[in-house]
Amino acid sequence: MAEKSKASPSKILEAKGMTKRFEGLVAVDSLDFYIPEGAIASIIGPNGAGKTTFFNCITGFYEIDEGEILFNGSRLHGRSPDQIARAGISRTYQNIRLFNNMSAIENIMVGQEPHLKSTWIGAILGLPSTREEDEHTEDRARELLHFVGLEGKGDMLSKNLSYGDQRRLEIGRALASKPKLILLDEPTAGMNPRETIETTDFIRRLRDEIGITIVLIEHDMRVVMDISEHITVLDYGRKIAEGLPADIQSNTDVIEAYLGRGAAAATVDD
Amino acid sequence: MDLFRSQTSRTVLVLGLLSGAFILFTGAVGMIAAFHEREVVDRFISLGQLLLLIAPFVTGYYVAGRLSANGEAAPKKLIAGLAVGLLTALPSVILLLFNSDEFRFLLFLALRLAPFIAASAIAWHRHQAGAEMQAVLGVWLLVAVLVGIVTFSFALIFEIKGDLRSVLVNVDRDWVEVITFDNRKDLPLGIATFGLVSIAAGFAGSVLYLTPLVPRRALIYGLGITALVGAFGETARLILQENVDRDTLREIFRRDTLRQNAALALFIISTVAGFLWAMYGSQVRESFGNIDTSSRRRLNMVSLVIFVAFMLLLPWLIGRTLSDVAVTIGIFVLMGLGLNIAIGLAGLLDLGYLTNYAVGAYILAVLTSIGPLGLFKGTFTFWMVIPLALLAAMFAGFIFAVPVLRMRGDYLAIATLGFGEIIGKLAISDWLKPLIGGAQGVQAIPKPIFFGAELKNPEQLYYIVLVASLVCLFVSIRLNNSRTGRQWMAIREDEDVATAMGIDTARAKLLAFTLSAATGGVAGAIFAAKVGTVFPNSFTVFVSINVLSLIIVGGIASNPGIVVGAIVLIGMPELLREFSDFRFLLYGALLVLMMIKRPQGLIPSKIVTHEHQSGVKTKLAAE
Repeated sequence: MAEKSKASPSKILEAKGMTKRFEGLVAVDSLDFYIPEGAIASIIGPNGAGKTTFFNCITGFYEIDEGEILFNGSRLHGRSPDQIARAGISRTYQNIRLFNNMSAIENIMVGQEPHLKSTWIGAILGLPSTREEDEHTEDRARELLHFVGLEGKGDMLSKNLSYGDQRRLEIGRALASKPKLILLDEPTAGMNPRETIETTDFIRRLRDEIGITIVLIEHDMRVVMDISEHITVLDYGRKIAEGLPADIQSNTDVIEAYLGRGAAAATVDD
Repeated sequence: MDLFRSQTSRTVLVLGLLSGAFILFTGAVGMIAAFHEREVVDRFISLGQLLLLIAPFVTGYYVAGRLSANGEAAPKKLIAGLAVGLLTALPSVILLLFNSDEFRFLLFLALRLAPFIAASAIAWHRHQAGAEMQAVLGVWLLVAVLVGIVTFSFALIFEIKGDLRSVLVNVDRDWVEVITFDNRKDLPLGIATFGLVSIAAGFAGSVLYLTPLVPRRALIYGLGITALVGAFGETARLILQENVDRDTLREIFRRDTLRQNAALALFIISTVAGFLWAMYGSQVRESFGNIDTSSRRRLNMVSLVIFVAFMLLLPWLIGRTLSDVAVTIGIFVLMGLGLNIAIGLAGLLDLGYLTNYAVGAYILAVLTSIGPLGLFKGTFTFWMVIPLALLAAMFAGFIFAVPVLRMRGDYLAIATLGFGEIIGKLAISDWLKPLIGGAQGVQAIPKPIFFGAELKNPEQLYYIVLVASLVCLFVSIRLNNSRTGRQWMAIREDEDVATAMGIDTARAKLLAFTLSAATGGVAGAIFAAKVGTVFPNSFTVFVSINVLSLIIVGGIASNPGIVVGAIVLIGMPELLREFSDFRFLLYGALLVLMMIKRPQGLIPSKIVTHEHQSGVKTKLAAE
């Protein structure tokens, strides 16, 4: 498998000429990119580079103005967020957005939504199929709780969890839909160094154990360089570089975007 | 001056004057005089007088608690209690003086001086803050003129009319009578009595705080229960009337009022019971907590059986008048449960709930009426129409939901409020008059017939409401703990994220609106059958507000909370006529109080536990 993917890395997500404008401001400007299947890919760029807009376009929160987005070769643009979720993409948010007044385990149960079939009539009548599904949902939610390390905290309201637990629960909820691709928006934001290392390990485990393709937006360069296998750099809505961490580190355009022209010149001189 | 600077004296001053303002305000709106009509204990104390006592008593107790938190010693708390009593009486005493012929000149003096005093105080403050002389003078002049316009015009009105009632309509003879404890003729004595009683009540409050926990709780139970039974004397008598013989009843009540001996006995019994509960209550609760799962299940079954039996026997226990109230409460419980699906579960703030109620009522009215407007003149029976009313309300709910699906929060509330108004206007319109009778409404709606027996009494209608409520309760519990319920809650918490989880939010919201409407329709149909006539006047925005308030007071998304909310907000005004005059004032006060002190409601909703129901598996399921 590994050799095959090296030979021709299949693209799980691909965008061609993707453009998003906000009343004249071009937030994402004719972007071409791809995410190799099974990779841990990062999107980086200075503040306001259009990273979160990029996520919102993929997940259907924003409608793109031009171009196309392909997921496993099929069109993604023009579909509604719930359809995109059902297609196998899930995400977390930069500022944690859990269902605060629901328990942790209920959050994960909601996450399984794309695979549920029971109806309200079944629930009222207590049909065996509905009960079975509910039990199965509950079992799987417990497993996921354990997987993200929140065992025993499942019946707590999610707003009462600690910050780190909330971050992990959000990932657990995103995993519940058994996605093929998961988008993590700054998963280590606000974490101390130890938590950051834990989270990085956790993200690696996600890919290795469950085999999900992961795309993250991240500001912490150590995390990005440590974990990523593919990096896309955005600035002013444009892609300015793409490639392996080592290539990105030495790319003048990238350094310039982050540190300014003078710094770029100085770094290259070194 | 130091006395007023310390935290302690400021607490006493602010809270004391607040309680004084409460007494003054309730007096000025006529509540005290109206409540005086109802005696709590025969020839001893009226509800109005109780109100005069409760304010300083509760404030005294509360202030003592605040002082404890500040680390003050016991004597200071007692003094604080006295001060609170005095401050509580003060504003009303001043009003009394202003109202009396001898001291009215004080009012005029105060009104004339007020602008100068206010202006000087503010100007002095500016001066202290280092403002220039010209600015200070300017401020003085401005305040003096502005305040002067108000106070001088009041003075003019009072002078022309000759008494306070021209402005404060309820500051009348009755009010003076209550507040002076029946010493209207002898004002100094009246004021002294009022002041002393108030001070004593404030003192008693602080003393109560200082008593040890167990007797304190016992006393609170005793006083509270006695006051409650006394205030709802009529209700208590109606309940007892069904269960004890006449002579015993006469021993306990004089008409609707608790006799003194009976009140004393009740106080002693409830205090002793409170004492026992305070002593052993925690042990009892603990031993209940330690029961193993199987016994607990059995215990739950037993309590469920007792509860159901009680609900079934209720009409016989409480008699006709109260059964009627119970039916009204039941109709609102039904609506509360229905609206809760939209508001509590799905977070859709629907202020047009009366739409569904009206649709249900009018459908039943038009289809079953034997009057001129009845379409089928008795061909259709109540039982045939109930499902139709339900479907019609669902349809109405669906139709009204479609245009507002994309709206959220405040916008949704306003839009649904508008729909409610439209329905109200339609019901009274000339356009629909040939069909639903305009302002006259639809009359001659027959009572439901059950196996040949006409269910014409509230005792019998009660069972219809009970069954409907239980069905609705069952459905909402089932839905609450289901995929659908979790979809709704997710939408309530964060609609965007809910969509991103793969929930078809439009569909889920439509379902919430429609199911919620169905319940409203059934409630409306039962209401129409109960009353026998349907008027547009029954369908005002207040229906929606009532239902919303009872959900908020009881506890959003909490089924037991809704029942309690309906009993408090719908039952109390029905049982106490004095309350119903001030219904919306009390609603407002209660809602504000709840929002500050207990926003989660009287009985907050509980989370369904999922994690600890069976064994925890540890492996992530293989695909």
